[in-house]
Amino acid sequence: MENNRLDHDIIIELIERNSKVLDLGCGDGTLLHKLIERKGCKVTGVEIDERAIYECVAKGVSVSHADIDTGLSDFSDKRFDYVILNESLQEVLQPKQVILEALRVGRKIIVGIPNFCNATARYQIFFQGRVPVTPELPHEWYDTPNLRFLSLKDFRKFCKDNSIKVHKEVGLSGNKRVCLWPNLFAHIGIYLLEK
Amino acid sequence: MPQDTLGIIETKYFTFGEPPHELRLKSGEKLGPVTLAYETYGTLNKDKSNAILVFHALTGDAHAAGLHKGADKPGWWDAMIGPGKAYDTDKYFVICSNVIGGCKGSTGPSSVNSKTGKPYGLSFPVVTLPDMVAAQKHLIDSLGIKRLLCATGGSMGALLALKWAIDYPDSLQSTIAIATNYRHTAQQIALHEVARQAIMSDPDWQAGDYYGKSIPARGLALARMIGHITYMSEASMEEKFGRKLIGKEKLGYDFSHDFEVESYLKYRSGNFVQRFDANSYLYLSKALDYFDLAEDGGGKLSDAVAKAACDFLVISFTSDWLYPPYQAKELVRALKANGLDVTEILINTSYGHDAFLVEVDNQARLIKAYLERMVKQYGK
Repeated sequence: MENNRLDHDIIIELIERNSKVLDLGCGDGTLLHKLIERKGCKVTGVEIDERAIYECVAKGVSVSHADIDTGLSDFSDKRFDYVILNESLQEVLQPKQVILEALRVGRKIIVGIPNFCNATARYQIFFQGRVPVTPELPHEWYDTPNLRFLSLKDFRKFCKDNSIKVHKEVGLSGNKRVCLWPNLFAHIGIYLLEK
Repeated sequence: MPQDTLGIIETKYFTFGEPPHELRLKSGEKLGPVTLAYETYGTLNKDKSNAILVFHALTGDAHAAGLHKGADKPGWWDAMIGPGKAYDTDKYFVICSNVIGGCKGSTGPSSVNSKTGKPYGLSFPVVTLPDMVAAQKHLIDSLGIKRLLCATGGSMGALLALKWAIDYPDSLQSTIAIATNYRHTAQQIALHEVARQAIMSDPDWQAGDYYGKSIPARGLALARMIGHITYMSEASMEEKFGRKLIGKEKLGYDFSHDFEVESYLKYRSGNFVQRFDANSYLYLSKALDYFDLAEDGGGKLSDAVAKAACDFLVISFTSDWLYPPYQAKELVRALKANGLDVTEILINTSYGHDAFLVEVDNQARLIKAYLERMVKQYGK
């Protein structure tokens, strides 16, 4: 069950022990299960796929069968220490509203986004004249679940425009951290945010 | 005998509330003595921490699992209760009791009133779901169980489990509510009223005084047919019957049964009339219609459930049009607003409201894993 995922490790590092954590788009509950095991967190997830719900329950993870766009209104203000949106923000209909709602129900939020403007993607657009298909963005234009296309730079600007404090930005490429020019070399950006 | 069955089970009886210690009902009236029929499966462990209380639905009874001597059909939730099943009797001590107002061994309108020596009939006081729960609390206390691992049930059983969670918050680790809502809506009340009118307009009903005479079989059968339709879905009926004819090649162009679904309803309701009391149907359906979990919160559900302290697993079914999933969702929202730990799932199925009885595999997966977590968290 414990698979090696650097993005999970980074998120787990950002979270203090015994915190209350909500994971939006928690999938099969792998990350939340790691947070129970490694950090003693009290966790709950929101997930739209029925099959994934069974996996969550099998792992002992509390989960709501709901979509991210509406699943947050159920929770009271600052109910959680952390709200996680890992690899799910680009698939929601109202990303701005979801982030603001997440900041309402959580003291801090952790957002993981794919960088649509990394070097590989830029290369494919510029030299091949094609919409990028990369290991992190493996979908063709006609079957992608992604609704939103953004770069790390776009996301920083979004935070600034909405007075959201960025405590930390970590860039990732494959299983490595990217410290130099993340908007060019990182495939994934992970942010620790607070309002 | 196959390994996964409980074998022969006997119903037990527990009596309390002898005057002057009668059960005080919500209506203000008193009921006593009260007898509860109940069955248990599995073994209660030393610290009495593995008890699960199963509540039955409208026409269910204490016989949830295993076989009665000489019977060929097992209890109503045998697919879910037994060794290795969802409610695993190798691990847990499962209790199921017939509700008061029922007709399967617990005190109800067909019971003999000790004061008159005759069946109560309509002199039986109107009982509510909170009264049923209060009666079963006496049973659980008598078994020496201070804290249930779980209260659970489908349909009316789910409502009773939810009521337990609110009325006895310290005595419960978790609630598993299946095919649930939180109050009866106008449509649900209307469907029940049609069923009640069917019974009461049967000349044999005799204002409830039919014991020892001919029973209001036609009215009760009609009530059951209406109920049965609401427990299925359009899709499940289409799958099961379609427009298949029964016992004929062509349409009859008369009012005998043409379609399989017609004879199915007749057959099932005919069976039902043999096993269920018409007055009980009136009392229990009325009790359901009176039920509103929000009542204790002055009409506000989130205030009403604020007293609850246990964890919740709420299971709904996509094709359940009697208790539509959005009503369970409102309940979940209210529980979450109180910071309670809730797991919810909407299972995709065509079985309708009855899915809690037949959608066994998916429910078992969830319930087994969920109960394991509850064992770890018990009392913490």
